[in-house]
Amino acid sequence: MSFQEFLEMGGYGFYVWTSYGIATIILIANIVFPLFQRKIFFRQQALKQKRQNS
Amino acid sequence: MFLVPDAVVRFFHRMASPPHFYAFTEKLMPWLTGLFLLLIVPGLYGGLYLAPADYQQGDSYRIIYIHVPAAWMSLFIYVVMAVTGGIGLIWRIKLAEVVMISSASVGASFTFIALVTGSLWGKPMWGTWWVWDARLTSELILLFLYLGVIGLYGAIDDKRTASKAVAILALVGVVNIPIIHYSVEWWNTLHQGPTVTKMDKPSIHVSMLVPLLLMALAFKVYYIIAMILRARVELVQRERNSQWVKSLIAEEVVE
Repeated sequence: MSFQEFLEMGGYGFYVWTSYGIATIILIANIVFPLFQRKIFFRQQALKQKRQNS
Repeated sequence: MFLVPDAVVRFFHRMASPPHFYAFTEKLMPWLTGLFLLLIVPGLYGGLYLAPADYQQGDSYRIIYIHVPAAWMSLFIYVVMAVTGGIGLIWRIKLAEVVMISSASVGASFTFIALVTGSLWGKPMWGTWWVWDARLTSELILLFLYLGVIGLYGAIDDKRTASKAVAILALVGVVNIPIIHYSVEWWNTLHQGPTVTKMDKPSIHVSMLVPLLLMALAFKVYYIIAMILRARVELVQRERNSQWVKSLIAEEVVE
């Protein structure tokens, strides 16, 4: 099987790869989003601590 | 506790303490990530490459390796949410509330993935993106239940009160779970019947079944990872005024 054939998925390439693509994007977002939130929260709280200490 | 070994009871007791949960999950994360990769890589390789095309559906059936595990997770996570919601209601355990609400966004994501991939599978096979039949409609209601949980939690400022309200909503919504599961048997529908859970004689070949089970396990581990990441944020936000969070922040500043 050539790589081209693999991508074509017997003519269903659009449906198969869109499914896998959407799932990948959503699942990555669910990992990145909380990591990002954590970073923001720690930065905010650190600033607050600094203000209170000074 | 009845018949539960002491060590197990002690483990859950310690895990229910927020600082311990926070520290423990940090150590756990690399192991979970490794396990996830060990499952997803052969799962995808087997599903997209090794498994033969279906004799009726051609290669379009390969959507199954996303669709079915995602749909299973959408139900599984809802049950986890309802159970932890119930535990939070009865015993007021903060960590149960946090696990409940952290599961909601992951569950909503899997429900959405199940619906979208189902649609993308339905178009070439049934000739339509959507039908208002029992399976599809009840899964759509599940998505609304998840979104309701997330919205309700965000709408109430006091997070302990919010958790109580959300737990009640989650518990009421549990009636939808058996409806989704049995919908393909109770009603006539375009959606195909179960192929895997007929354990005595699954109507799916081993070369197709193994990647499906690998993907299902990978999604389960993924849920644990995503839920824990979300729970850790929720926990430090809720406990921002406690000493353990303050010293965590102080440490971070030094680094």
